Amino acid sequence: MADVFIDGRFVGQAKEPEKMIEFLREKRRAGKIPDQVNFSYLDYLNEIRVVTDEGRVRRPLIIIENGKPKLTQEHIEKIQKGEIMWHDLINNGIIEYLDTEEEENALVALRSENLTKEHTHLELDPLVIFGISTSFVPFPEFDRGDRVNFGSKMVGQSIGLYSTNFLRRVDTKSNILVYPQKSLVKTHIDDVLHSENHPGGQNIVIAVMSFKCFNIEDAIIMNKSSVERGLFWSYLFRTYEAEEKKYMGGQEDIIGIPEPGVKGYAGEEAYKHLPEDGIINPEIHLTDEQIIVGKTSPLRFLGSLDQFITDLENIRETSVKLRHGEEGIVDRVFITESADGNKLVKVVVRDLKRPEIGDKFASRHGQKGVIGLIIPEEDLPFTEDGVIPDIIFNPHSIPSRMTIGKLLEIIGGKVCALNGKRSSNPAFHPTPEKDFVEALEKNGFKGDGKEALYDADTGEKYTQDVFMGNVFYQKLDHLVSNKIHARSRGPITLLTKQPTEGKSKRGGLRLGEMEKDCLIAHGASLLLKERFDVDRTTLPVCAECGLPAFHDKVKDKKFCPVCGESKIVEVEMAYAFKLLLDELKSMLIYPKIITKEE
Amino acid sequence: MLKEFQKKSLENESILPSIILEEVEKISKLKNIREKKKSELIETLEGIYLENSFEPGEAIGIIAAQSLSEPATQMTMRTYHFAGSAGLQVTLGLPRLIEIFDSRKEPATPIMTVYFKKEFNNEKDVENFAKKIKEKKLRNLLDSVSLDLTNKKIQIKLKKIKESEKNETIEKIKEKIKKINIKVREDNISIEPENHELSIRDLQRLKKKILDLTVSGVNKIINVVVIKEGNDWIVKTFGSNLSHILKMDEVDYSKSYTNNLHEIQEVLGIEAAREALIKEIRETMSQQGLNVDERHIMLIADIMVFTGEIRAVGRYGVAGMKSSVLTKAGFEETTKHLVRASVRNEEDNFKGIFENVMINQQVPVGTGMFDLVAKIGED
Ligand SMILES: [Zn+2]
Repeated sequence: MADVFIDGRFVGQAKEPEKMIEFLREKRRAGKIPDQVNFSYLDYLNEIRVVTDEGRVRRPLIIIENGKPKLTQEHIEKIQKGEIMWHDLINNGIIEYLDTEEEENALVALRSENLTKEHTHLELDPLVIFGISTSFVPFPEFDRGDRVNFGSKMVGQSIGLYSTNFLRRVDTKSNILVYPQKSLVKTHIDDVLHSENHPGGQNIVIAVMSFKCFNIEDAIIMNKSSVERGLFWSYLFRTYEAEEKKYMGGQEDIIGIPEPGVKGYAGEEAYKHLPEDGIINPEIHLTDEQIIVGKTSPLRFLGSLDQFITDLENIRETSVKLRHGEEGIVDRVFITESADGNKLVKVVVRDLKRPEIGDKFASRHGQKGVIGLIIPEEDLPFTEDGVIPDIIFNPHSIPSRMTIGKLLEIIGGKVCALNGKRSSNPAFHPTPEKDFVEALEKNGFKGDGKEALYDADTGEKYTQDVFMGNVFYQKLDHLVSNKIHARSRGPITLLTKQPTEGKSKRGGLRLGEMEKDCLIAHGASLLLKERFDVDRTTLPVCAECGLPAFHDKVKDKKFCPVCGESKIVEVEMAYAFKLLLDELKSMLIYPKIITKEE
Repeated sequence: MLKEFQKKSLENESILPSIILEEVEKISKLKNIREKKKSELIETLEGIYLENSFEPGEAIGIIAAQSLSEPATQMTMRTYHFAGSAGLQVTLGLPRLIEIFDSRKEPATPIMTVYFKKEFNNEKDVENFAKKIKEKKLRNLLDSVSLDLTNKKIQIKLKKIKESEKNETIEKIKEKIKKINIKVREDNISIEPENHELSIRDLQRLKKKILDLTVSGVNKIINVVVIKEGNDWIVKTFGSNLSHILKMDEVDYSKSYTNNLHEIQEVLGIEAAREALIKEIRETMSQQGLNVDERHIMLIADIMVFTGEIRAVGRYGVAGMKSSVLTKAGFEETTKHLVRASVRNEEDNFKGIFENVMINQQVPVGTGMFDLVAKIGED
């Protein structure tokens, strides 16, 4: 007798649990029970569990009957012709989904050749253990596991063609690769997802060698002439928004060039490039914080006196400006209505990003690196045929990481380029290396992928041959031009009187706790004081009660709120410390400043 | 300090500490060094001494902290797990370093290294010793144990052991646990408490007490390994009981060692604990291929032990002993320290580093340690 549970609730007992499970499964395969329901028999607890609820991880497996898979060649041909679909296989009980509990009752064969009579299921293919982005990595079984993981992470960061209708979209921020290519060495997922419609990189000629010390520590050297021909150019699109919002009391924002005299008026020069309607025209080049849409808003909270102020002074400038530190060309201007019926302006600004020193690139094998040098092709080594590498990659990046998959991709890519055909190398189904070697030799190349290179400086042949080939590289969304930031003077926050934080707010760079310790370790105490001097304040303090006092500027009189007129001492301290004292007072702790006689 | 040096040199006195001078005296007597050579030696030593003493105002505490914590961050990134010598698993690397600085009462892997006197320094004696000290609990000698609830009895079935060992075990039970009647039939022992009113829970407690009984060996010594190191036979133990082991006849008490610092402090005193602390830190670092200047370790060890007991580096130890309210509040448990200070009417006189950084005043280290004073009217 086994207990039977449905979704954790006890419903009854079964005399012959094994038979019952078999019966239930048969019914499910025949379509009498929905295919989302899973059954499992836990013999160590003598329990049958039927689960129908949501949130279970399930995976498809081919059903085995009498040691033979139910999926036959016939089915495969029919699928290829488009006569049957995936769901037909499920409805006809050829493939079923198992959850983690039912999986415990199954014996799954990885490949059809190791099938025995005991097996109940067959894996669709060994490569289904990989997810979507990991499946983009060719030859993953030749790389170390962690590298495949890194590689799949970086596939997600690559700049490519994320959408084919990007010109009609107004994403807040998007990147588009100007000349995207489909990869020479592909995997099954490229066919499944039609990745030729949105590729994520370009095929480049790579030479694995060190070069003038500029590719140490994973840096790469890029061919300047290739860059000038358009290699890895990308556009950064950013959308700016302006809405004519309506407020209570009939007031509203106005899109247009602000009149002089408005609060915060930026001067005539700032609005010169705007047409009459205050909305910028396409193809105008904008630089640092230039105005894109002119706009004015009413002052929000009207005080009793404010009513007597003239109209103009009651309005403040709220134009939409280009982000700090960015530039670009106005690409598209959309004028529509928002959901509330307000006038809505969306402006897309594009900025061309050409590869520069510090930009990050990666192949699909977890081999990332930044550009260390961009050098003209006349200074780069060349082969007998005059082939000049696009990227020079340091061989030291290979032995410790053991990414043999990358080396295979280089050879494979070279063969593809020579034959004019793409080659598919998904996980566990690689093209044999032998085939690549033969193809290379047939085309008059060395089978090991090495080539003789000539020094561009002297014209002499290098004493060593260099491993060269074609490989798919991705430009990752970590561009120096988006990140570079420095400040000498700039805005401070109102509360703490300390510099703002973050690039978009022109923030300062924090000299943190550990950096502070370094200054102390050097004994540079005056430098330390100067570095933390931004929020320095002089505070009048009552010498009697030790609390901050007032300075009445009108009467030019200093007095203590507690003791009245008393002796007041000026004390220099960090403003942040004054805040701490205030906070202590709010906690009912009395911080008394004991002042010394001069 | 410099003034002191000058004064000493004016009085033709050496600036060296008396311990070093005594050492020089001892060596020159031993090696028959002449007076002229000796003064030359002292001069060289003075040079080295001056070279190695820090300058006034140097932030040695922070430098020591940095010198240890920088390699410690290296350790987090690559802690090698190699098996401890001769099959004993020892905590190494960062976990051990944290353990030392946290001054845990009991290390995760207490290890003792026992050396032997000359007459016992041979394989046979050492093997016997190792067997003798290994702690054996009754639990390890049992085949089965059961509670007879109706008759309020505990039934024990022993494993097949020597007759002498069996008798010894029974004697031990009789000796250690009072108010029981023991009946023995072959390998079966039945234990009946004299008090028949015992509840089942009390019976359970008694059973546990009997099972945890140490039948033979030294308390806490869980495992023993005999190794030969050079000419010495040594015993490494897992588990540490220094006071008991040092008292044993075979043991060379001048060399035997444990990695339980608190035990060393209790048995051998705080100076020994300081030495052991320095040794443990140094060895943990150098096992990972990291070398830290001994003086940094010595400074930290001094700070940890100068009160007479080992204190942890942290909230309840070294950092908690700081005098400044603001420094303590800025470190950990801010509200607790602030409230306590306000209730006790504490004062902060801004003599330390951290509190002066907080109010942005000159920090009393390095260049900020000294003031220029002009004496007007004097020449
Ligand atoms: Zn006052």
